[in-house]
Parts: sequence; C-alpha cells; structure tokens
Amino acid sequence: MTAPSLLQLSDIAKSFGAIRALRSGQFDLRAGEIHALAGENGAGKSTLMNVLDGILQPDSGEIRIDDQLVRIDSPSTAQRLGIGFVHQEIALCADISVAENIFMAQTAQSRKRLMGGADLVAKAARVLAPLADIDPRLPAGQLSISQQQLVEIAKALTLDCRILILDEPTAALTEHEAQKLFAIMRGLAARGMGIIYISHRMAEIFDNCDRVTVMRDGQHIRTDRTADIAPSDVVNAMVGRKLDTLYPPKHRGSRGAEILRIEGLTDRRFHDVSFTLHKGEILGFGGLIGAGRSEIARGVTRLEGAAQGRVWLHGQEVTLRNYSDCIARGIVYLSEDRKGDGVFLDLPIAANIAALDLARVSGRLGVIDAAREAAQAQRIGASLHLKAASVAHRVSSLSGGNQQKVALAKLLAVQPQVIFLDEPTRGVDVGAKAEIHGILRGLADSGVGIAVISSEMPELIGLCDRVVVVSEGRIAGELSGTDLTETNIMTLAAPGATAFAGTIQ
Amino acid sequence: MTSITQDRSLLSRLFGARETGLVLIILTLFLIMSFASPHFLTWTNMRAMTMAFSVEAIVVVGMTILLISGGIDLSVGSVTALAMVIAGLLFLNGVNPWIASLIAIAACGMIGAIIGFFVTVVGLHHFIVTLAAMVIARGLCLLGTGGRPLGLFELPDSFKWIGIGSIGVIPVAIVIFVIVVAVFDFLLRRTTAFRLVYYTGSNEKAAAYSGIRTKRVIFLTTVLCSTLCGVAGIIYMARFGSAQPTFGVGMELNVIAAAVIGGASLSGGKGTIFGAILGAILLSLVSSSLALLNVSVYWQDIIRGSILLAAVTFDHYLVKRQAAGGRA
Repeated sequence: MTAPSLLQLSDIAKSFGAIRALRSGQFDLRAGEIHALAGENGAGKSTLMNVLDGILQPDSGEIRIDDQLVRIDSPSTAQRLGIGFVHQEIALCADISVAENIFMAQTAQSRKRLMGGADLVAKAARVLAPLADIDPRLPAGQLSISQQQLVEIAKALTLDCRILILDEPTAALTEHEAQKLFAIMRGLAARGMGIIYISHRMAEIFDNCDRVTVMRDGQHIRTDRTADIAPSDVVNAMVGRKLDTLYPPKHRGSRGAEILRIEGLTDRRFHDVSFTLHKGEILGFGGLIGAGRSEIARGVTRLEGAAQGRVWLHGQEVTLRNYSDCIARGIVYLSEDRKGDGVFLDLPIAANIAALDLARVSGRLGVIDAAREAAQAQRIGASLHLKAASVAHRVSSLSGGNQQKVALAKLLAVQPQVIFLDEPTRGVDVGAKAEIHGILRGLADSGVGIAVISSEMPELIGLCDRVVVVSEGRIAGELSGTDLTETNIMTLAAPGATAFAGTIQ
Repeated sequence: MTSITQDRSLLSRLFGARETGLVLIILTLFLIMSFASPHFLTWTNMRAMTMAFSVEAIVVVGMTILLISGGIDLSVGSVTALAMVIAGLLFLNGVNPWIASLIAIAACGMIGAIIGFFVTVVGLHHFIVTLAAMVIARGLCLLGTGGRPLGLFELPDSFKWIGIGSIGVIPVAIVIFVIVVAVFDFLLRRTTAFRLVYYTGSNEKAAAYSGIRTKRVIFLTTVLCSTLCGVAGIIYMARFGSAQPTFGVGMELNVIAAAVIGGASLSGGKGTIFGAILGAILLSLVSSSLALLNVSVYWQDIIRGSILLAAVTFDHYLVKRQAAGGRA
C-alpha cells in the first residue's frame, strides 16, 4: 500500500565555513502523507529544508522529485517544481492588505499590469475561510501574530503546490487554531499533496502525522511510521546521548541563600510572575516560544515595558527604574539575538567587553585607558577560553561560539550578582555549547545567580537545577529533581494546561 | 589555548589602515602636483588651500560624530549660513559682535535640539528631519536678509582677526581648525562619553541592552553638529566681512563625502575625526590641483563624485572580504 515517492533527498551535505550543518540529510516523502521532521535546534532540519526550497545550495547530494533528478537553484525554481514553504518567521508586508499579501507571489509573476480589486479580495476570502475569520481587506500588520501565521499558511496554499513544508506552524497558534490547521492538512494530504511537518511537539506529531524522521547533528537518525513507535523513542533519537555526561554536574546539597526574589511581576505580556533564585543553582525558564519568558527577563531588567512588581536582591527590596540601575546593582541580561542586540560586531572585542561600564577602564576625567581596557578583555577572555588572535580584532571576525563568549564577557566585566541568559547556546556548535554550560556552572558555584531561558529541552533538563515553566505569560509550575522531565515541562507549557498530557508517554 | 596579544591602542589600530592609506594617496598627489605645476608648492597656494577647507573642516567634525552615532545632517550648509545671518543682523542692530556670535551659535544649537527632538522623541528619521531643517533654515536666511548679503563693514578688526588674522605666519582660522580637530579626535578616541557614540551607532539595540541611554546620545550628537555649524558660520562671517544668506548650498554633500572617504559609514559605528579630515584634505587637494592644471570647473564635481564612489566601493569589498574571512 505504499504510495508513489514524491520527493527524495539523499546524502545532502552543507557546510558554513568550518561548521558542518548537514552531514548526510535523508528524507523521502510520498504523495498523500504527512511526514514529520523532528530534531533539536541545530539538528539541521532548517538547513535541509532550505536546500529543498533553493535558498541554500548543497555541497553534495541529490534531490529527486517523481524519481527525476532536479537541481533547485532558487526559491522560484522550487515554486515551479511545486514546493511551498511556510517559514517559522512571519514575512508579511504589514502595510498592504491581507489579500494582496496572499497573492504576492502570483502578482510578481503575473503578466497582468493592473492589480485585481474586488476579485482578489473574494479569492483571498475563499482561501482564508476554512482557516480563520479574517477580513482580507485589512492591512496584514493589524492582525494578531496567530492570524498572521494563518495568512502565511493561506499564502502557501494558493501556490498550487504538491509538496508543502510547514516549519513549526503552531508555535504561535492557539490550540483551537492548530486543530483547524491539522484538519486542513489532512484534507490536502487526502487530495495527494505531500506535507513535511517540522515540529518538536510529540503530541502534534503522533496525532497528525503518518511518518516521522528524526535528525540529529546534521544527520538522518531514523524514519518510522508513527503507528510503530512511541514518542519516547523519538525523543531519545532526538537527544541521542546520555544527558548526564554532556552537562556539568548539578548543584549538590541543600538550597543556598536567596539571591533574587521577584513577586507579582505584571506587564502586558505576563501576569503575576513570582520566583526566587538561589546561590549555587541554575534556574531554568521553560515554555513555548512566545510564552513570555524573554519578556519576563527583560521586564525584570527594565529593558522593555513597565512591569509592576516587587524585587528583592539579597533579601533587601530594591527599586529598579531602568537597565542602568540593574547594571549598577549587578543584575544583567544576555539577549537571545546575539547579532541583533548582543554584541557590537564591527567594534573591537575589548571595546565590546568594556561596554557596560566604561568607568572600570577609564580615569577620573573619563579618559579611556587603552591598556586597562585590553587587560580587562584579556583577563575575562582567558577565563572564558575565548579564542581570538587579538582583543583589538572586531567581533565579526569570531565564530558564533566565541561571539557568544564576548557577549558573556561583556556582562562578566561588571561582576554581576544575577545573570539572565536568553537562549545562551543558540547557534553555537556542540563543543562551544558544552564549554558555555561549564562556564555557567562555574559561575553558579562561585555564587552568581544564573537564570537560563532555553527552548531546548535537553539543555533545560541537563543544565538546570530547577525549571520554572511559563505558559501564556503565567508561571504554570516549577520542576526539579526527578520531576524535571521533558514530559512534565511540555505538559505545563502547553496552552490550555493539560491538553497534551495524555498523549505524551 | 588562548592567545590574546597585548595591544596599546585598540581603536587607533582598527582604523589606522584607512588613515595610512589616505595619507599615502595625499602625499602621492602632493608629489605629482609639485612636479606638474610650478604654482603648487608655493606658500601662497598652500595657505589658500588650507584656508579653503579649514572652516568647512569644523563642520566635517560635527558631521563625522553624527555619522558615527548613526545619524546624518543635511542642514549643515543652511545652518552655517543662518549663523552668519543671525550674528550679522544682531551686529547691525548694535549688538557687540562677540555677543552676537555667541547668540548665533546658541541659536544653531537650538536648531540641533529641535532636530534632535523630532528624531528621538517623535521618532522620525534624521534624513527627513534635517531635509526639512535645511529648507527652513535657508528660508529664514532669505527672510532675514531679503535675499541680499549683509555688508558688515563696521566689524572691528579684533573680530575679523579670527577669519583673516595670523599668529606669526599661521592664519588664525587654521589654528582654530587644528585645535578643534585635535580636541575632538582625542575625545572620540579616548573618552568614555564619546565611546558611547560608537556603541550607539554600531548597534543601537545592543547599546540599549548595555544600559546606554541611546536617545540621549543621538540627541546630543545632533546638537553638537549644529553647534559646530554655528561656529563655522561665525568664522566665515569674520573672514568675508559680510553675512551671505545663500552661502553653503551643497556643503552637506561635500562634508558627508569627506567623512565617508575618511572611513565613516552611513550605517553608523565607524569613522574617525582624523580620517574625515584626511578625506576633506583629499577632496580639497583634488579641487585645487584641477584648478591649477586648468581643468574645467565642471569636471571637478564629476571627479569628486567618482572619488567618493571609489572610496565607498573599496570599503564595501573590504567589509565583504572580512565577513568572508570570519565565519557566518
């Protein structure tokens, strides 16, 4: 009863400089099936899909569609071959209408000189109807994030494609919207379309997909019918290694003194958030993307919003008006977007490391002492095993892992009491990742309060002593010790509380 | 194994290559011209050449700092003229010329503050706000003078001295220029206050995430740029002995070109005062060389534009090569 092979990716390899993002990507898709692609962040899923969509050119490997060897040199070639790709990032034009957004690709290729008017709106309405109740005449920027995501999906559906790639489409959707999407996916598959569904939510995969392929470290690990295996097999294949050996040993003994206490922190994106951070421990923040974890950290550190709530540092209540206040008190934040707002790429390493408090490297008249600045960078750089030819070099000349070390060194220069780290190992290769984990554990041991936000389950479970799970802007629960499992985190993280609890083993 | 070498001056090393290159180009041009024209290497020509760019160089300083912070100012020419017109009108109405000058410079600072308000508080882009300021300031100049230059024949010699006087054999304008450049070059390379300008321009969000009040930095650099325009306007007035409402049309392009040739970037975070001044010297040298060689003045703009394009193209490839050398 095997359906004909629609797509076959074999031995796809792709390197970026010294980083081998893909070693041997394998994937096959049959007409009429929903095939899940699972793997941790950095496993190579996105790279493989970008190769399929013509965004990246593979170094080697073959792509076959209907058993014909094809070369996909650009996204427009991919589109001609019937490949539709709904990216995780929303890329709508905010100022133009939903209808025009949906038909953007057709407009670009159309021979017609004039834009369609009422006709376009009616067509858009027909595409949108089964997905959501959205007025196609509204500017896309006025929609909520989940509505925008649905418009992205509608956009792909108009492309008349045979292969549809959905990259974590439910990350921003509510449970109800997600169920509608799954119904549409099953309808499309029944008409013969092949759907590649990227996700790491076990419940979604096992409820909706026919087969699942797991990738890890740029390699194909296994492909199975979902009926034949258990979710735990998939998780094990995704993680694929003994967690205890990869991560530094956890905090032993009783809980240390309280460093930071937050009570009743409330802002637009989160409500009544309370937690404590203790000496010697690494506190994790788990939850889905968009649950409000970064917003909480930036709220505490006054980087955005105007959060209400009370803060105690070492048992004393403090008032934090802005981020400068936080730095002065030793509470610092490491951004998840390293290149966007973590480092100054075109400035020297030493200037980056000195950025938070220039007074440490300057004299009384505010004149920077270059020798002290360099010495500070060398001292902290060496303690983090920063690999750089000179601290005078620009940060842009470093690898991702070393850039991240510079971002961390920047914070360490002010001898912080509490560090919030947002996705501290995103985009960092495996070796540097373990090194950063070791550094964080060392800091925790030396008495610095460490709070880590991570979307990687293994990192949360392997690195943290205690994990606070955030769901829809509220603290859904706290896990530690043997309760700290992927199942428990996912159960607490899921919007609508225990919706998925039964399906995860 | 970590290997981090000691380095004495970080910023100077990073930006040093560009400046060395410019000095070499200028020296080469200098050498060629010394042979090509007998009038080139004369005291009169040297003095005239230096005078020609020394005042504009003060505006280059302001523009460079603003470019480093990520801003731009198209209104420098009209604001310079406005300083002349305000000081001139006050003087004609019996105000002491020094006091009139201080008021004019303060007025230019106010214009910078208004531009800064629209950029940082309202949230508009520098380009648009200063485009409007350029037109408005020019309009004020014409309104105040009826479109005609104001003859300021009564200006005392002690005041004119800053425009045309000399200390020994060195013109005062050049002394002022050297002091302004030296002071701001030092401030920008070495002081914490101006380092914040680099942080802000390099990556405004990362700067904010480092606890830097970026809006304040942008506001203050905008005010500084306009204030320096005011200073330049006053020196021009002292030199010309008149206030010219149409002075400085097109100055912004020349000034931005000098800063960019000197290593500044329109996307901010890059540039030095020394480099920008070298850019200004190069442009000025090219202009006077072409004049000495009897090349039509119409060619001058074409050649200056080409130099700008060459400098920026060179930069672009340098950045791309560095990016390829590093890792994505």
